[in-house]
Amino acid sequence: MQPAIRVSNLVKTYRGKPPVEAVRGIDFEIQNGECYGVLGPNGAGKTTTIEILEGLLTASSGTAEIFGLKWGVHGAAIRQRIGVSLQETQLSERLTVGETLQLFRSFYKTGIDAQEAMRRVSLEEKANAWVKTLSGGQKQRLAVATALVGEPDLIFLDEPTTGLDPTSRRQIWEIVESLGREGKTILLTTHYMEEAERLCDRVAIFDQGRIIAEGAPADLIHSLGAEHIIEFSIDRDLNQFDDSLIRRLPTLERFEQLAGGFRITVGQPHIVLPELINNLAQQQIALASLTTRHASLEDVFVGLTGRHLTDQNQSRNSS
Amino acid sequence: MKTLSPISAITLARLREFIRRPETLFWVYFFPVLMIVVLGIAFRNQTAEKFDVDVAKSPVSESLLEKLSTAPQIRPHLFEAAESRARLRTGKTNLIIAPKSGSANDLDYTFDPTRPGSLTARNLVDDHLQRLLGRVDVIQSENIRFAEPGGRYVDFLVPGLLAMGLMGGGLWGIGFAIVDMRIRKLLKRLMATPMTRSHFLLGMMASRLIFMVPQIVILLLFSYWIFDVRIYGNWLSILIVVLIGAVEFSVIGLLVAARAQTLETVSGLMNVVMLPMYTLCGIFFSYERFPAISHPFIKLLPLTPLIDSLRALILDGKSIFSLGPELLIMSGWCVVPFVVALWIFRWND
Repeated sequence: MQPAIRVSNLVKTYRGKPPVEAVRGIDFEIQNGECYGVLGPNGAGKTTTIEILEGLLTASSGTAEIFGLKWGVHGAAIRQRIGVSLQETQLSERLTVGETLQLFRSFYKTGIDAQEAMRRVSLEEKANAWVKTLSGGQKQRLAVATALVGEPDLIFLDEPTTGLDPTSRRQIWEIVESLGREGKTILLTTHYMEEAERLCDRVAIFDQGRIIAEGAPADLIHSLGAEHIIEFSIDRDLNQFDDSLIRRLPTLERFEQLAGGFRITVGQPHIVLPELINNLAQQQIALASLTTRHASLEDVFVGLTGRHLTDQNQSRNSS
Repeated sequence: MKTLSPISAITLARLREFIRRPETLFWVYFFPVLMIVVLGIAFRNQTAEKFDVDVAKSPVSESLLEKLSTAPQIRPHLFEAAESRARLRTGKTNLIIAPKSGSANDLDYTFDPTRPGSLTARNLVDDHLQRLLGRVDVIQSENIRFAEPGGRYVDFLVPGLLAMGLMGGGLWGIGFAIVDMRIRKLLKRLMATPMTRSHFLLGMMASRLIFMVPQIVILLLFSYWIFDVRIYGNWLSILIVVLIGAVEFSVIGLLVAARAQTLETVSGLMNVVMLPMYTLCGIFFSYERFPAISHPFIKLLPLTPLIDSLRALILDGKSIFSLGPELLIMSGWCVVPFVVALWIFRWND
């Protein structure tokens, strides 16, 4: 059986002065039934990649196959088998939810009816409401429903939860999880690491047009060598503080000085914590704050690039 | 729920969006009727129109005023010479009558011969005074008023406004609508479905042709009810020409929308296309008023053959087979912009 998606040495350069190298040679495969996450800061090349896979952009070089089929040769056949939710599509404001779904359904040879599509995204009550009266979360669920009406084998969701409130985001997550249970293959882009950790079987972390890490979220986190993060601050000027008492803590993997305190990545917090508090007490330093948490994909990104995902949001353009 | 064909689903969606916008309904369906009513009233064929004329103050002005008071269609006023000139300049009077040397039998007529009212007033005044002083008309004549439907200004106007409606409808209904869909990324979203480009274009076009039917019917019915504007030609021929006109301007709308990425750009392009045609192509007045050298060019514009054909069919009762050159030019405007539009069209961004 062909993989759902096979990408090899994909490159996309936008013409211009200077040319923008949005995607600089990437390879990956997505198996049938997998939920695959494409993560990275804005401008990392996520949307460019997904739009090439959706047949909306042509690659500068390299190949992208969907179910072993190629865009440009089998475009019509591919479109019958995929469902797409783009970033920021504004559907017709004066059509109702039901009418919008009927319109999209008409383009597919086979599929589910509008009623069933509404049921899958819990919008049945809004069947006769105009799109312009929907909330942001409802609009996004409708956008997902338009991707489902053709009963696709492969679903693309480009930043499905960006800009949504936590409740709406959770509703989208539940829809994605139910699609996963039905055996659909899903490619989703996001810059929320917690979203990827929760939904995706495997993720690819994009940065500056390249894939810098790929694998199951748990494996990527495991690759940090230590899975616990301890962040703390002290009642002392950081510059006059001798950090050697931190550097010699057991199972320490990383040590970072932050603006207002320290972050350490450790393997065994139950051993580290008492020792840390002891060491500080011996120096008569008091803790101002202390938190511990599991390492996340965010920490993986920081570990790989030395930058935070959120640092990038303002300074780089989405492409 | 039944599954529609893509073309009918797009057509139906467009029709729904259209009827759910009351402001569009007003502009498309009732604004042309309003224009017919306003212009039809402003330029109605008036009977017993009175012309204002000024008599400049002088020793004999009283006797002149008295003589003119019996003149039909003349309303005389007494003013100082300087004041009368100001009134003539601003169009408040048509003519200044001034005795040359204190004699009522030696007069100066001051007027602007390019103003139709002035010339008429001068002739009416002169005839009246000459007859009072004894001039005898040598032939017998009688005036018979001609105001048959078909020859009035409002009759001239209806086919023009019909064509104007088709132009505006095509450019807005296709051009503006497509750019709006492009800006909202809806066009891109549709391109990610199996919908084909021809489904999309045919659906847009079909919805446009359906909106157009009430537009034509309402305009013709109101013109008939209010002004007794009648159709002398064949209905089927009119329908065919209207259809060609609607397709012609939908295709031009498509071309205007082919690359535009903002509403400002497409609005500007639409104005560039429409504004010259509003004045040149004979909606409100015949293009015969422009120098003859410009006529071949004016006749090649997309709107002119449509207006000319509609006037020939509606007012002159001509056959569609006499409209070969007009139909040929319109067909050209259906094909060439379409090919160019498809060639340069931005579908995916």
